[in-house]
Amino acid sequence: MPAAAPGGRTDAAMEQIIDIVLLAFMVVVAIAMIRLRNLYAVVMLSGIYSLLSASMFVVLDAVDVAFTEAAVGAGIATVLMLGTLALTFREERPPKRRTPLLPLAVVVVTGAALVYGTLDMPHYGDPEAPIHQHVAPRYIADSPLEVGPPNMVTSVLASYRGYDTLGETTVIFTAGIAVLVLLSGVTRRRQRRRPARGDESREARR
Amino acid sequence: MRLHSVLRTTTKLLMPPIMLFALYVQFHGDYGPGGGFQAGVIFAVAFILFTLIFGPVRARRVAPAWVTTPLCAAGVLLYAGVGLVTMALGGAYLDYDVLAHTPLHGQHLGILLVELGVGLTVWAVMVSIFLAFVGRDTGALADEADTDTDTGADTGAGDGHA
Repeated sequence: MPAAAPGGRTDAAMEQIIDIVLLAFMVVVAIAMIRLRNLYAVVMLSGIYSLLSASMFVVLDAVDVAFTEAAVGAGIATVLMLGTLALTFREERPPKRRTPLLPLAVVVVTGAALVYGTLDMPHYGDPEAPIHQHVAPRYIADSPLEVGPPNMVTSVLASYRGYDTLGETTVIFTAGIAVLVLLSGVTRRRQRRRPARGDESREARR
Repeated sequence: MRLHSVLRTTTKLLMPPIMLFALYVQFHGDYGPGGGFQAGVIFAVAFILFTLIFGPVRARRVAPAWVTTPLCAAGVLLYAGVGLVTMALGGAYLDYDVLAHTPLHGQHLGILLVELGVGLTVWAVMVSIFLAFVGRDTGALADEADTDTDTGADTGAGDGHA
């Protein structure tokens, strides 16, 4: 949903300060995640990162997205990562020493290209931006008469974009079944070959 | 986890409000923020909290595999089934207008059913995946030689939330 900024100039300035603080926190957390070798701490920081981006979505008035990000990114994903860590290792292996010049060049060029690409984009929160002129006005004007629910996000998700949501649900189903098959397959093989399990589990971890 | 009476009592106190909130998010999604996806995740969180404190064996008694695995598919089938019903009633696929006597009521009913399908699938998948992770650890790695990775998903994750 586009940000419907109410109030005057002070509100806008306040919002900008909150944006900058949140983005600064996200950068700090991201750098900490790269530097740390303790995966347990990295998982916790990724939960914090998700919570910060959820706050970011609240500032943008996208409460539905913020809700999802807080529940999935900060909640479920963190717990599942901890479950994975309990099965594998808690420490990241130190990286092999190589000259960082080529990766650095790739990152710098990619970053420069991305920044160059954003120069053409409309300004942050610009009401004249194409995305606010395309189908959004139609949804806002007609969805109360065509679909009904006061929450237009639900109208768009479940009715106008019903096919997309069906596809997303199928993706969740497929991913869940795939994970279940992978995990249960390993368990069964382990139980059958008990004596040779030590070697095999080390293989499975690679 | 047998001695953590504070954690156990808090879990018992927290679980009903979490599940009630999930139901509210599920069925109030038309009027406020929320919907099937968020509701399914929040409902799964109640079960995950239960598993962290009371262990996977007791959790499997509440949500056995023969319930969670078919429900993964049931949600998608409910969603797709609504589309088939609208086709049978003479509309296009997932065109909810034909579900009730007026288009607006039809849309409302269709959205409710479809969101219920999403919520069912998301809840079942989240609970299944989590219990598969935890259950695998307790069975397969219990007598593993290297004990540093052997603290178990319920204790390891429980520390983070304690």
